[in-house]
Amino acid sequence: MADKVATREAYGKALLVLGAENPKVVVLDADLSKSTKTADFGKKYPERFFNMGIAEANLLGTAAGLAAAGKIPFASTFAIFAVGRAFEQIRNSIAYPKLNVKIAATHSGITVGEDGGSHQAIEDVAIMRAVPNMVVLVPADGEETRQVILAAAKYYGPVYIRMGRLDVPLLFDEDYQFEIGKANVLREGTDAAIMANGVMVSMALEAADELAAEGISVSVVNVASVKPLDEETILRVAKTTKAVVTAEEHNIIGGLGSAVAEVLAENNPTPMVRVGLKDSFGESGKPQELLEKYGLTKAALIKAVHDVILKKSN
Amino acid sequence: MTALELKRVANVIRQDIISMLAAAKSGHPGGSLSAADIVATLFFNEMRLNPKDPHWEDRDRFVLSKGHAAPVLYSALAEKGYFPKEELQGLRQTGHMLQGHPDMKKTPGVDMSTGSLGQGLSAANGMALAGKLDGKDYRVYAVLGDGEMAEGQIWEAAMAAAHYKLDNLTAILDYNGLQIDGKTDSVMCSAPLVQKWQAFCWHVIEVDGHDIDALLAAFTEAKQVKGKPTMIIAKTVKGKGVSFMEDQAGWHGNAPSLEQAEQALKELREEAENLG
Repeated sequence: MADKVATREAYGKALLVLGAENPKVVVLDADLSKSTKTADFGKKYPERFFNMGIAEANLLGTAAGLAAAGKIPFASTFAIFAVGRAFEQIRNSIAYPKLNVKIAATHSGITVGEDGGSHQAIEDVAIMRAVPNMVVLVPADGEETRQVILAAAKYYGPVYIRMGRLDVPLLFDEDYQFEIGKANVLREGTDAAIMANGVMVSMALEAADELAAEGISVSVVNVASVKPLDEETILRVAKTTKAVVTAEEHNIIGGLGSAVAEVLAENNPTPMVRVGLKDSFGESGKPQELLEKYGLTKAALIKAVHDVILKKSN
Repeated sequence: MTALELKRVANVIRQDIISMLAAAKSGHPGGSLSAADIVATLFFNEMRLNPKDPHWEDRDRFVLSKGHAAPVLYSALAEKGYFPKEELQGLRQTGHMLQGHPDMKKTPGVDMSTGSLGQGLSAANGMALAGKLDGKDYRVYAVLGDGEMAEGQIWEAAMAAAHYKLDNLTAILDYNGLQIDGKTDSVMCSAPLVQKWQAFCWHVIEVDGHDIDALLAAFTEAKQVKGKPTMIIAKTVKGKGVSFMEDQAGWHGNAPSLEQAEQALKELREEAENLG
């Protein structure tokens, strides 16, 4: 079993690196710094850490002002409160003037678990993807999160980073290379492709292993950069495999599945199956049980690959 | 500048507002005219600016939280030389730099994009925090409307500015008492505002927002306050300076016709002559 670490943990560590490297980096939180893991930055760099209290609209608006004055603010809270509560602050105070704010949201998706559906953002990628000027990144493990955070700090402009609460397997080492706008082909195959991000990437790799044992050759593509989207890689893999499964811990409306479908529909219509939440909210429960209940599992991916291959032959 | 000179500037700004709105055939005259004396005093006396270098790091910052009053800001910027005055005639028109609400990406001298009410004070807070962090002595000014006192984010920002002791921040409330649907007190009563801002731990100064001497004194007082932000509650008249627009909610968001604009400009030119 691989080592596990939550993407939010890796975020907290990456912030410490950034804090040492770049005095322009400041961090804001809304009374969740122990959960979002910004607290360590706050301890090490108290003068550059601003707890804004439980006031998300002002959290994002203040981040905009700090960016307008030359800082690189990382504003953190749970995904539902950043994108949900403060949507219009993100839209009008950050994205519209293209200010250099990094919205580093944790506790996305149903793997929030016990807190239940009210706290599980399942539409945040769809909402952020539709906002002009916004970059949308969904890292799969701790190492990719580290690289995503460093890349976001180097890039000038608004970035939405979607992270999770749950410990997830470490998939990559320092040789792995994340780049904004690039998808990473983790496995080359010929019969079908699974294009995944976030917690679904490790399941996609496991599904591909099992399918290989059945004699089915599956590509696995990690699409951490949902926007900008690596259309070239998506099209290349789709042309080779002629069947695509998307996998995301998000509503199947508007997220990664929709983004891939848009590219394929316009350029190279390809049979698809979207794995994700089927337009439903989550609920309270253990993360693993919720993933099973809502069909976000290795088994669900294997079934989706079988289904999409059938579609291809029809 | 002397108070008389600032009155002359405010008069020119009011004339600009009328002519640019008449040319645009849309926009918000009432709340632009009510803020003209405040904006003239800030841009032509109070603020440290360099129109040749709009992004100068040490400049004072200005955030027009009541962004629909953009014409008052655009006129001040044009009169200061941030861009040619002819641009004013392109207000709200396709392909021109002067958007319906302030856009920092398109217009030199605009420090923050605003217009969606309630958001400007948070941005001003961020700028003030950055100034303190960098050990800079620039000040941040934010002009707010009384209608937007109903926005919850204003009070989130009010709390945070006091918490972080932002004494490099001065907010000015353009208290004209009217909003789109009528009197602010009847649409959504935000009174008593002096007590509310005091209760949020701000230093509060009440002035007549058309009395230049009082505004100058208030800005000076604000600079001397240590450890807390200052709110200048400036009592104003919506549509100030144009007889038929004064204190009329109907002139919140309607542009004057060419005949009405001519009448308004005639009144303002008479006022200018009386100022000498």
